[in-house]
Amino acid sequence: MILKVKRYGPRDWKVHPPYLYEHYRSTPLRSPRKPLIPLTQTLSELTGPVYGHDAVQPGDSDLTTNAGRGGEAIGERIIVTGRVLEEDGRPVPNTLVEVWQANAAGRYPHKRDQHDAPHDPNFMGAGRCMTNDKGEYQFVSIRPGPYPWGNHYNAWRPSHIHYSLFGQAFVTRLVTQMYFPGDQLLPLDPIYNGIPDKKARQRLIARFAHDVSEPGRALGYRFDIVLRGREETPFEVRK
Amino acid sequence: MKHYNPMMIQSPSQTVGPYFAQGLLREGDQVFTNVLVSENTEGERIRIEGGVFDAEGRPIEDAMIEIWQANSHGRYNHPLDEQDKPLDPEFKGHGRASTDLNGNYWFETIKPGSVAGPHNKTQAPHINLIVFARGMLSHAFTRIYFEDEATNQNDPVLLSIEDQAHRNTLVARRKVADDVIIYRFDIHFQGEDETAFFDA
Repeated sequence: MILKVKRYGPRDWKVHPPYLYEHYRSTPLRSPRKPLIPLTQTLSELTGPVYGHDAVQPGDSDLTTNAGRGGEAIGERIIVTGRVLEEDGRPVPNTLVEVWQANAAGRYPHKRDQHDAPHDPNFMGAGRCMTNDKGEYQFVSIRPGPYPWGNHYNAWRPSHIHYSLFGQAFVTRLVTQMYFPGDQLLPLDPIYNGIPDKKARQRLIARFAHDVSEPGRALGYRFDIVLRGREETPFEVRK
Repeated sequence: MKHYNPMMIQSPSQTVGPYFAQGLLREGDQVFTNVLVSENTEGERIRIEGGVFDAEGRPIEDAMIEIWQANSHGRYNHPLDEQDKPLDPEFKGHGRASTDLNGNYWFETIKPGSVAGPHNKTQAPHINLIVFARGMLSHAFTRIYFEDEATNQNDPVLLSIEDQAHRNTLVARRKVADDVIIYRFDIHFQGEDETAFFDA
């Protein structure tokens, strides 16, 4: 029996940063140098892990309280919402979105973060949620602070939230970062500037959304994520 | 790719950074682990282990590895896999691990069965793998094959790698220690042993 399957379009290398980007000084020693081997997608690439609602516990999407110590995280409260889409605009429903970030002072609870800024015991800095059937997701958090890092003299990372997404196949996997509009550190950031295409960089900047803001409580931001989409023409696999 | 006309720009990849564990590998988490099996999982129990090395051969202590594989019958736990083979509810299929201070990672899993491939060919048993790390702005795809599988000789993906030494970087080495079957799969970003990575 023959099954018809649509392959995913290629990773767009005008959009995704190259492995070697010298301004980000950790890349020279950690970048493959041989050309990537072209791979015809098979069931191995077209399938992928499916995490369902059992991967998410109630409260996981509220980072202001999910440290579970009874208190609230310190900082400027934010609501981040958006859609996860494929390139052709179709939503990706019921897919897991994982986020992590620094606290309002720009400090991660990780033991390797030595930045001299205070920890916040009520902030774990991580959350999870699922997209709904329209591909929409939402988190509540606090705005992360910028922080210094050792890449070059007086280097500071712009405020950002890390995102991890699966989509519906092994090849749609994406780890990325969300930035905030108007951040003066963005033009100085080699991680952001590693993205070759200027329009694609814009894709990672959330939009301020007054309509998402909650009066008296939190400012709103919209951040859509676009994963690789499927080709028009199916190919055949043996069943 | 001629029938491919995306409407929107893909969201660009960014590095996982040094602090991914707080979000992606939380202590005590049951969802994301490096143990893909339970006591009742079908198939041959194996341990995958290896190191991740930078261009100077130094271990990378903050890499994250994810694997995705078929079960022992060669079936993926995914709606698109309609091969006429049984699913195994006791097998996870996906695993996540970080490297330790010595650059080493490991997974407890089972050896996957072979999976249908293109042009009516069967693929040799393999595990799909993604490497993320601080210093990698985009992740890298590769595959683990097993040195004791004769079908490697006919695997369309392995054969697509022309240079034999480069092809062999995908073949994990088997050993048995304390009754545990171990396949060693090292990942090198550069140099003579540079791992074959795919534009998947």
